[in-house]
Amino acid sequence: QSFGQLAVTKESKALIGLYHGQVRCKKNKFGTPQREVKTLAVLGAGLMGAGIAQVSVDKGLKTILKDTAQQGLDRGQQQVFKGLNGKVKKKSLTSFERDSILSNLTGQLDYKGFEKADMVIEAVFEDINIKHKVLKEVEAVIPAHCIFASNTSALPISQIAAVSKRPEKVIGMHYFSPVDKMQLLEIITTDKTSQDTAASAVAVGLKQGKVVIVVKDGPGFYTTRCLGPMLAEVVRVLQEGTDPKKIDALSTAFGFPVGAATLIDEVGVDVAAHVAEDLGKAFGERFGGGDVELFKLMVQKGFLGRKAGKGFYVYQEGVKNRSVNSGMDEILARFKVPAKPEVCTDEDIQMRFVTRFVNEAAMCLQEGILSNPVEGDIGAVFGLGFPPCLGGPFRYADSYGAKQLVDKLRKYEAVYGSQFTPCQLLLDYANSPSKKFHQ
Amino acid sequence: MSSMLTHAIRNLPASSAWAARVFARSLSCSSQLQAAAVQPKSKKTLAKSGVKNIVVVEGVRIPFLQSGTSYADLMPHDLARAALLGLLNRTSVPRDVVDYIVYGTVIQEVKTSNVAREAALGAGFSDKTPAHTVTMACISSNQAMTTGVGMIAAGQCDVVVAGGVELMSDVPIRHSRKMRKTMLTLNRAKTLGQKLSLISKIRPDYFAPELPAVAEFSTSETMGHSADRLAAAFAVSRLEQDEYALRSHTLAKKAQDGGLLLDVVPFKVPGKDTVTKDNGIRPSSMEQMGKLKPAFVKPYGTVTAANSSFLTDGASAILLMSEEKALAMGYKPKAYLRDFVYVSQDPKDQLLLGPTYATPKVLEKAGLTMADIDVFEFHEAFAGQILANLKAMDSDWFAQNYMGRKSKVGAPPLEKFNNWGGSLSLGHPFGATGCRLVITAAHRLKKEGGQYGLVAACAAGGQVVMLCGLAPF
Repeated sequence: QSFGQLAVTKESKALIGLYHGQVRCKKNKFGTPQREVKTLAVLGAGLMGAGIAQVSVDKGLKTILKDTAQQGLDRGQQQVFKGLNGKVKKKSLTSFERDSILSNLTGQLDYKGFEKADMVIEAVFEDINIKHKVLKEVEAVIPAHCIFASNTSALPISQIAAVSKRPEKVIGMHYFSPVDKMQLLEIITTDKTSQDTAASAVAVGLKQGKVVIVVKDGPGFYTTRCLGPMLAEVVRVLQEGTDPKKIDALSTAFGFPVGAATLIDEVGVDVAAHVAEDLGKAFGERFGGGDVELFKLMVQKGFLGRKAGKGFYVYQEGVKNRSVNSGMDEILARFKVPAKPEVCTDEDIQMRFVTRFVNEAAMCLQEGILSNPVEGDIGAVFGLGFPPCLGGPFRYADSYGAKQLVDKLRKYEAVYGSQFTPCQLLLDYANSPSKKFHQ
Repeated sequence: MSSMLTHAIRNLPASSAWAARVFARSLSCSSQLQAAAVQPKSKKTLAKSGVKNIVVVEGVRIPFLQSGTSYADLMPHDLARAALLGLLNRTSVPRDVVDYIVYGTVIQEVKTSNVAREAALGAGFSDKTPAHTVTMACISSNQAMTTGVGMIAAGQCDVVVAGGVELMSDVPIRHSRKMRKTMLTLNRAKTLGQKLSLISKIRPDYFAPELPAVAEFSTSETMGHSADRLAAAFAVSRLEQDEYALRSHTLAKKAQDGGLLLDVVPFKVPGKDTVTKDNGIRPSSMEQMGKLKPAFVKPYGTVTAANSSFLTDGASAILLMSEEKALAMGYKPKAYLRDFVYVSQDPKDQLLLGPTYATPKVLEKAGLTMADIDVFEFHEAFAGQILANLKAMDSDWFAQNYMGRKSKVGAPPLEKFNNWGGSLSLGHPFGATGCRLVITAAHRLKKEGGQYGLVAACAAGGQVVMLCGLAPF
């Protein structure tokens, strides 16, 4: 009887929806590519590059991992080894299998063998000039059919492709950290990217075991763009006097697997600052909220997050319960702004986060960045940690009710302005109660 | 029979041809050579009618390291796998083109008795590619190569990968025989009473482990000891040995710094940095070396740690093909593998004299003289051993009395001899050295502009000589 009761809950519907979405996103809607990718080259042996290499060799894809410095290359190769060795320790791989898998990986400092590469994924430093330089270098050595993919998290692909001699072969392949655990791959196409390139990129992503969504090019694509406003809101809430632990508690209570403040630490405060600025420039006031200077000050003080050992929290090897970084007290005091009590209940704080997320997601669908709500839900849940029990932003909009969402947005808009202005799509759905994102 | 004369040769009983081969290398060379000489060389080419031309396409090795350094936590098949991967990368040869893989090794890791197979599978070769492992002491990889040559010549294969590996950082240390017997019997014991009675027989001496030694089984003599006796028999002085060792290290350093050691491929060791260079090359000074005490025959011996090859970890791999196949695949081979001779002698008194015996044989069969050879690559087990061989080759007396020849073979001129260092300085992972000698000979022929190279190595009572010709590609 309990089973029957549970089976018809919203959560159940949401999870079933996610399952169906996953299945759908594991199909290649572009068909079969002309050529199978047999040799993959990854540029940059950093955290992301090594992670991409790991999931590729794990599935039998011959991979070249290239870096500019021996030390960086060694670190990256060691990361792949550690990742596979972890599985050996858990006994899901034998040491022999680990060594055989590693044999698929070639680490090198030069471009030897690139003439045989079918696809190059660049995961170099997030700087447009460096990416341009790398693209030009690589195009000189790769064969004509080889695809150039960029793992950038926010630089528009068309901007990267501007210096390419074959923009139809340039595509974005945005992986999520840690690459071996996060299932999502966000593929970004420009209007110049060919269908076959897209088909190839999807095929490689599926081979690596990823759940794939394909979105159009734009600042922040889909995933980074939805997260932006929510994190801006997090900063504002921090400035209004709520401490990081409370923010985490509220977000996890809502259903986010990772608390919002911890998420910022995981992403990297410097990355968050960078993204906030870039997206702010692209989208203007709507992406405002907290003061980005807060992030910048944190970066100055070296509180970059998990990667630096300190962010909102202090990260120590072997310590499970993190303590709040006491250095944050001073920073938070500096940026304090008065709170507006009418929008500061626990529920309000949660809704402020979520509505900005959902609003932005709807905006992406509206603008055609997203091709359908299913991919929107999958992307949000598997890439950003949107509460799975709610099924994703669009499923949530359906179950909570678009009208209710718009009402909440209006409530906050009255206090904070254009950052909460509901997008046209949401308004349309609010006005026709029969209209649902998911039928 | 150990009385020795201080000068030149010692008397051996006539019946000392012993073919026991625990640490023996031998090559068998046979083929009819075509007479063609027009040039200063006795023979223009060593090609034989009706016999396939077999070529060395490429040869690599991972850096040879002193035992107990960066490779210490690995297993032999890991080193062999790294050499195979290095070879695949260097040549870009598709894995499914390789018909067979043969590896040589001496001190076997018990878990991987067919190290060639484990290394091949680990390197991503198809499980349908056969692989086997051979052992012939220090000429194990030479044996691997000649096995490969045989298979290609017989038409069974077109492409063979041969190699060698040795890991001296981890050796099979066994329980004593008594302990082993007790353990095995315990396995079979059924009742508690039987088990207890077995256990009660265990005594302290049961716990003494058995260690493998670099020694002849048939004579119970360590190789260093035998080398010392050989050096004494040929009146090779301590000074001469130290000088030779210094030469080896100096030339090796020069070659390493000058980028001549092209066969070395980098190896990213899990948990450690990428290894790119051999770490045993250390040119010292005559004074420093002079201070060392003899290592094997104390206190009057002449063989020390400085003038012997050191315990090394390493692996090598070489790609052999029929010439036809290599050209068809678009490769530029580095050398032909023409002739080889294996000989064996008495492991007691002639353990390390192999090169002297085999060199004239292979030269005769090839129709060449010592003067025709442009590049010599001999394995340097001990400086004393090399010098003793050189003296023997230069002695009419030895040739007449021991080799049944009319006159001496002639010693190889030192300016053509091991010019880029040798096993003494670069290191001697027992099984892997043979491939290193061959590919170094090939590279030297190219660099120094020669046509014929002679590779020779001794191995505990037997030896190998291989003759290779430069491939004009």
